[in-house]
Amino acid sequence: MRPDWLGALCRIVWPRNRKVAVGLVILLVLVAVAVVGPVLISMLLGQHAGELHAGGSLEPPSGRHWLGTTTAGEDVLAQLVTGTRTSLLVGLTGGAISTGLAVLLGVISGYSTGKTGAALTAFVNIFLVIPGLPLLIIIASYTQGRGGWIMVAVIIGLTSWPGGARVKRAQTLSLRNRDFVQAARYAGESKVRTVLFELVPHLAPLIASTFLFAVVSSIAAEAGLTFIGAGNPTTISWGTMIFWAQTQGALLSGAWWWFVPPGLCIALVGTAAGLINFGVDELSDPRLRGRRAGGRRKARQVPAAVVEAA
Amino acid sequence: MAAQSKTAEPRTVAAPDQTPVRKGLRAVTGSVLAKRIGFYLVAGWAAITLNFLLPRLMPGDPASAVLLKMSELGPVSPQREAVIHRLFGGANSGPLWGQYVAYLGGLFRGDFGLSIAFYPTPVTEVVRSGFWWTVILVGTATVISFGIGTTLGVIAGWRPGRRFDSVASPLSIFIHSVPYFWIALIFVFVFAFKFGWLPLAGGAGRDVVPGFTAEFIGSAVQHAILPAATIVVTSISGWLIHMRNMMASVVNEDYVLLAQAKGLAPARVISGYAARNAILPSISGFAVSIGMVVGGSLLTEMVFNYPGLGSLLNQAILNLDYPLMQGLFLVISMTVLVINFIADSVYVLLDPRTREVS
Repeated sequence: MRPDWLGALCRIVWPRNRKVAVGLVILLVLVAVAVVGPVLISMLLGQHAGELHAGGSLEPPSGRHWLGTTTAGEDVLAQLVTGTRTSLLVGLTGGAISTGLAVLLGVISGYSTGKTGAALTAFVNIFLVIPGLPLLIIIASYTQGRGGWIMVAVIIGLTSWPGGARVKRAQTLSLRNRDFVQAARYAGESKVRTVLFELVPHLAPLIASTFLFAVVSSIAAEAGLTFIGAGNPTTISWGTMIFWAQTQGALLSGAWWWFVPPGLCIALVGTAAGLINFGVDELSDPRLRGRRAGGRRKARQVPAAVVEAA
Repeated sequence: MAAQSKTAEPRTVAAPDQTPVRKGLRAVTGSVLAKRIGFYLVAGWAAITLNFLLPRLMPGDPASAVLLKMSELGPVSPQREAVIHRLFGGANSGPLWGQYVAYLGGLFRGDFGLSIAFYPTPVTEVVRSGFWWTVILVGTATVISFGIGTTLGVIAGWRPGRRFDSVASPLSIFIHSVPYFWIALIFVFVFAFKFGWLPLAGGAGRDVVPGFTAEFIGSAVQHAILPAATIVVTSISGWLIHMRNMMASVVNEDYVLLAQAKGLAPARVISGYAARNAILPSISGFAVSIGMVVGGSLLTEMVFNYPGLGSLLNQAILNLDYPLMQGLFLVISMTVLVINFIADSVYVLLDPRTREVS
């Protein structure tokens, strides 16, 4: 006996594509963990991330320590939950900076003709072929972990935009000569207005998917950076957990509960993003869906809410 | 990955029947290649300039940090101090332009200063010791994973939505999101520690003398299996997803249908018509992918303590060895540029349109 409006709401918000649905659920759970997890763990289990000797050294998972303990006796579950918060924050900050730069450079280099456009295009292409991770490592090691996770996130954002910019540029190039853009130009709209109100709305789904992947790759970049010791090892994130597990010899003590969960979490975020993107791609391009699946179900439009949420 | 393929317009080239080699030879003398060479020269210059500017723009003073480290290791002669100031700037090193000229001059003489982690070995010598380890490991692993990944992508994309595709695609999305170094840790834990099948770390056995002997090569191969497997397993999925999406959008093209209607064998239709066109974006997207593979491989090397550039980078970071870091960044980015240039040239050979447009 569900009220009618609830069903209607579900139909609008709930994506029909199974891949998108699974991806969204994973992301929502992780965000919920990041927001309330640390409080919940300390209330229910009495564990805190930074607390040394909460248990013995390298205890395997038990009823008291669900994911065991580290060499210093810290509770791994509490660290994982706090790490979720840090890693997601790094991901969101780095992803936002990277996406912002990608949109700015991609759209301008694709839209403007003449010398500015050519120069910007060359700029984007050059940074596309210079490998990002070594550059990131160099810059991060010059800063020596100053500024905590925010600094790390900013550096990641500043070095990870080229891939996204290339995609935006390609899409802008294909949009700029469409009728509605030309019409705006002939109607005497200013360049800025044409770009912001005619072009960018058409790029929105692409920007959303770039952002999603920028978040994921920022999380992975932070983990990689911390893992090699160029990050800030005193913050608790998924990356620092693996870093400490490796340096404290968790591997050779057989303490899998220390380094397996954070890696799985990173993979989980990436999988969620990949599933959402895959699903949205299938919805917008029926060819990717496959003949059988496409034939059985009618092609359905992706609800706008999903695209924005992604 | 998938986001990029979305923007790629569906390819509509019929399988060309001219010999690509002859056309490619004409392109060598043409302007396409000259343009590419010019572009990569500029990119190389940008990497060098970045390397020059970064330590000078960063807060803090890398030059004095390096000099402090060096003085702990032994007396620092004025010449050595001058080299450090040339590489990293610092107090009293004159106007930026003069520093830049001196810096470039030093690079062309192959002078990158002395490494601190391996004091007093010159940076060039340290980098040379790791270079071939990395090139052979990453090169072999990349060729294997490109081959397997692309083939699997062809199979998955030829019949999208069928059983193989519905298992392989979500699985590869998952694997693609797993960090390289984490897979490496798991591999070490399972195959080297638990089962003891393969060595834990290093590039070859300690007691084996390096050289072109069967013993050394056997030992090196044995040590390379796990790192290479890590790189292959993690990077396969990227090629697979890319190829699967391109293949899935190519299979309904008219020229594929025509090939089928002509009654050609399915294998011929797949390889000669569908895959031949679908593979082009994989090669043009090589730049972004190879950068990621190289980055991931560096981290993989650290886990295995493999004697390549990645482990050297790790040493450099742990010892605040800025001269070695600079040298490594230059060598790594130059190598990636050369690989990209080769991929670009292959693309010109494979896609006739790139030659006609110009």
